[in-house]
Amino acid sequence: MRTTNAPSLSKQILWHAVLMLTCLAVLYPTLWVIKMAVTPSQAFTMSPNPWPTSVSIENFWVLISGDDPSTDVFDGDWQFLRQFWNSAFIAFLTTIVGMTFSTTAAYGMSRFRFPGKDAGMSFFLLTQMFPGVVMAIPLYILMDTLGLLNSAFGLALAYSSTAVPFCTWNLKGYFDTIPQDLEDAARIDGASQWVIFTQIVLPLSKPALAVTALFSFMTAWNEFILAATFLSDAEAYTLPVVLQSYIGDFETQWGLFAAGAIVASTPVMILFFILQKNLVEGLTAGSVKG
Amino acid sequence: MLPLFIFWMGSAQAESPTVLKVWHAYRDAEADVLETILKEYDNSHPEIAIEVLPVAYDAYGNKLESAIPRNNGPDVFIYAHEKIGAWVESGLIASIDPSTNETLGFFDVASEAVQFNAKTYAVPLAVKSLVLYTNDGLISTPPKETDDLFALGETLPEDVVPLAYAATDAYFHMPWLFGFGGGFFDDNGNSTFDVEANAKSLDFMKRMDDADLLPKQPDAALATHLFNTNQAAMTISGPWFLSSIADGVEYSIHPLPIVSDTQLPAKPLLTVEAAFVSAFSQHPEAAEYLARHLASLEIATTRALEAAQVVPNKSAWENPALNSDPILSAFKAQMLNSVPTPNIPTMTAVWEPLARAIRRVHRGAMTGTQALEQAAVEYSIYTKPAPKEANPTPYIVVALAGLLAGLWWFWRMFTRVKEEVWKSKTAYLYVAPAALAMTLLTALPFLVGALVSLFAHHQGEFTFVGLANFLDIILARDWPLTSSLSFYFTLIVTVGWTIGNLSLHVGIGLALALMLREPWLRFKGIYRVLLIVPWAIPNYITALIWKGMFHQQFGAINGLLTSLGLEPVSWFAQFSTSFAANLITNTWLGFPFMMVVSLGALQSIPRDLEDAASVDGASGFQRFWHITLPLLKPALLPAVVLGSVWTFNMFNVIYLVSAGEPDSSTDILISDAYRWAFSRGNRYGYASAYAVLIFFILYGYSKLGNKIAGRKTI
Repeated sequence: MRTTNAPSLSKQILWHAVLMLTCLAVLYPTLWVIKMAVTPSQAFTMSPNPWPTSVSIENFWVLISGDDPSTDVFDGDWQFLRQFWNSAFIAFLTTIVGMTFSTTAAYGMSRFRFPGKDAGMSFFLLTQMFPGVVMAIPLYILMDTLGLLNSAFGLALAYSSTAVPFCTWNLKGYFDTIPQDLEDAARIDGASQWVIFTQIVLPLSKPALAVTALFSFMTAWNEFILAATFLSDAEAYTLPVVLQSYIGDFETQWGLFAAGAIVASTPVMILFFILQKNLVEGLTAGSVKG
Repeated sequence: MLPLFIFWMGSAQAESPTVLKVWHAYRDAEADVLETILKEYDNSHPEIAIEVLPVAYDAYGNKLESAIPRNNGPDVFIYAHEKIGAWVESGLIASIDPSTNETLGFFDVASEAVQFNAKTYAVPLAVKSLVLYTNDGLISTPPKETDDLFALGETLPEDVVPLAYAATDAYFHMPWLFGFGGGFFDDNGNSTFDVEANAKSLDFMKRMDDADLLPKQPDAALATHLFNTNQAAMTISGPWFLSSIADGVEYSIHPLPIVSDTQLPAKPLLTVEAAFVSAFSQHPEAAEYLARHLASLEIATTRALEAAQVVPNKSAWENPALNSDPILSAFKAQMLNSVPTPNIPTMTAVWEPLARAIRRVHRGAMTGTQALEQAAVEYSIYTKPAPKEANPTPYIVVALAGLLAGLWWFWRMFTRVKEEVWKSKTAYLYVAPAALAMTLLTALPFLVGALVSLFAHHQGEFTFVGLANFLDIILARDWPLTSSLSFYFTLIVTVGWTIGNLSLHVGIGLALALMLREPWLRFKGIYRVLLIVPWAIPNYITALIWKGMFHQQFGAINGLLTSLGLEPVSWFAQFSTSFAANLITNTWLGFPFMMVVSLGALQSIPRDLEDAASVDGASGFQRFWHITLPLLKPALLPAVVLGSVWTFNMFNVIYLVSAGEPDSSTDILISDAYRWAFSRGNRYGYASAYAVLIFFILYGYSKLGNKIAGRKTI
């Protein structure tokens, strides 16, 4: 039995106080983001006071509908919704592709001994050490040669390759902690390697899967440079490309950018909210204890 | 059937129009007007089909440089004229019939700006330059001369900053430089950094600061804020500022004042936005015709009236609607008193040394003369000629020998473990998809990019120089070891940056994760979601908000310090606090990731083990140190190792928060690599050598990490 008895009241108060203070420190700077988003101005707010003095949804409206607020007629094209969908689709695809690559690789690395295994693990880590500055143009040429330049799948593939090393390492670290006895028992019952992997190991690894899924999603969701360079059709643009287009050479439309930042971060928070259950009910709640 | 097919073919051919791709980075009204113009052109020219693509400014130059040589680029694109020299040298743009610009009748500044080596390369569309904005509620007559500025400073109320502008930005300082009769190139394109006039302009800026004409720690965002809240009487900015002015602020626009010491007008740099024709266009004639159309009198007038563009067509200004517009005509007047930004490629290497010089003077660390002597040295190193061409034969021999040895070694290993390899088929199947993707999409581009490090890029040409770039960096040939620009100095800063961040990310992340998994804790879900906010919001905006919070005069952090009775800190004036500002910002951004990973990793520990320890009377800390942490290690280690690699190469925050201040001392290796590639004379080979060195350092680190951890991780 797990001890669920609450500790003394003073300890509880102390913990809540610490957590609340941390939340405050976390949220304080983001108040400016909210302030800029709800103020119908495009200037960067430098005021010491982060509380909005006026509230308007104009920035959100202009961002999403594409309407020009200076004219009376509605001339929006709602292209933003399409671009939002592109981002969601590409991030989702990245998560699927990335998770497929990394769960299998991590399982292979965790459960088998084979020649070149250590070299393979090192190689995954090494790829993270390549500074992006030298890779941009060769990668462009490669994607062009493969005919993947202006496609969602091409981007998702490039993003997956960015996310796979962390996902593989993280999953392997977690798989290593799952007792081998479980698999041996299943094998005696006649389960194949693939069944063991998909039916036993994966369900037991929910916390690590949640972390890697979130990570893969985020890798794709916030990426700007590759998306802006590879995509050559405004209809195909992703959210970060739209956001970045509010940043000019000398000035930035901060109101729209802030509104976009809030719109962009909401799905991430929702996704995290959904995933967090898996984050905290892992092995201990699973079949190890029976 | 056959005749029908031929008929269909014929009609398809007759109807398939010439496709012209047009790219631009305009927004708002400028974008709308341009797209309307292009749509009308498309409708009135059935033989032409126009495809427009708006590109985000930040990615625009890169995108053009990647796409055009691969035949994916536009036929016509709109860009600032500054890039002409670099693009002529790399063969991206086609020259334009010189009579085009003559016929269209532009002001001389504009038509000169688009010429390079006596050829014309673009058709001017609009110009942008700095002007003086005054708050008419605070001052009635704009200063005619710089002496008037100082006089105004005396009369204005205490809480009003006389002139708020980005005084320490090189672009914003240029008007004074020219106003004192200075400049940075002589007629032959040789640099003239350390002339007396330039030094005087720097000292003048310092004099304004000493007389409290300028705000503390001035930048463009602060200038906008002060101007909009009636706390600044004047600002210097360009036409882009118009859309940032708050409702209710009464303002007017004037030419920049005359410098009293020289009686010369302060002249801003002029940016000419122009239509370029790609050298790779399949339809160069149609493309050039379209470019000419965009600049024609009728279209230029439309752009001026509907998108408030300052057009360089002389005849357009005969239109009273344009000429009587107070804003447009003020910009036009300034255009006639401006200097087109030099379009020679070495111009990109001017900004950084000049900005550093300005900041050194502004900080009071040097006089104008000293700072510019330093800048001249830096500039000459950035633009020094490529090393001698090396003979590639020995390198090819060594590379082939290495390859053969590698293959031989691989074959020997393979034969030794052949049986085992065959038995491990399943394992290879599991690993293969990821390994293939990684090899193709990261290892291959890196290898190609790393090969560039053996070349030197100088004025559009790559020469093979062997290991010269590496030797330059490793032997610190260009800088003394203690200089903030030397590789070793930056390396130490980078290591400190990585260690500092990682300890804070892991420490805070793990502590929060431990707190948040307690079963008795209420509102866990809410806490968790709130705490990942910094990870969820795009860090471009939050990093800049942190920069604002660190502002010396208006920042929330100094506000907090003063309310606690402490002295306010000038955060970016010295290394320690500037580094701390970067560190604090990046900790705020980075701990949520470690918290999430730790939450997941903590689930791998059977809780009863800890509970048992607690029953045995172990204290909270003992339990953590002897039971939780060792059990956590395998699940947490990947994030720690990779986190340190990412932090090592994480330059976003540094770029946005301290921007290397003071004197590039808070830069890390990767930001240096970027600067060598993009702002120090496009030395791609040198930048690539930096990247390769970064790779080897990280590789060494991971090997060392294994030794210390005493466990084989890689």
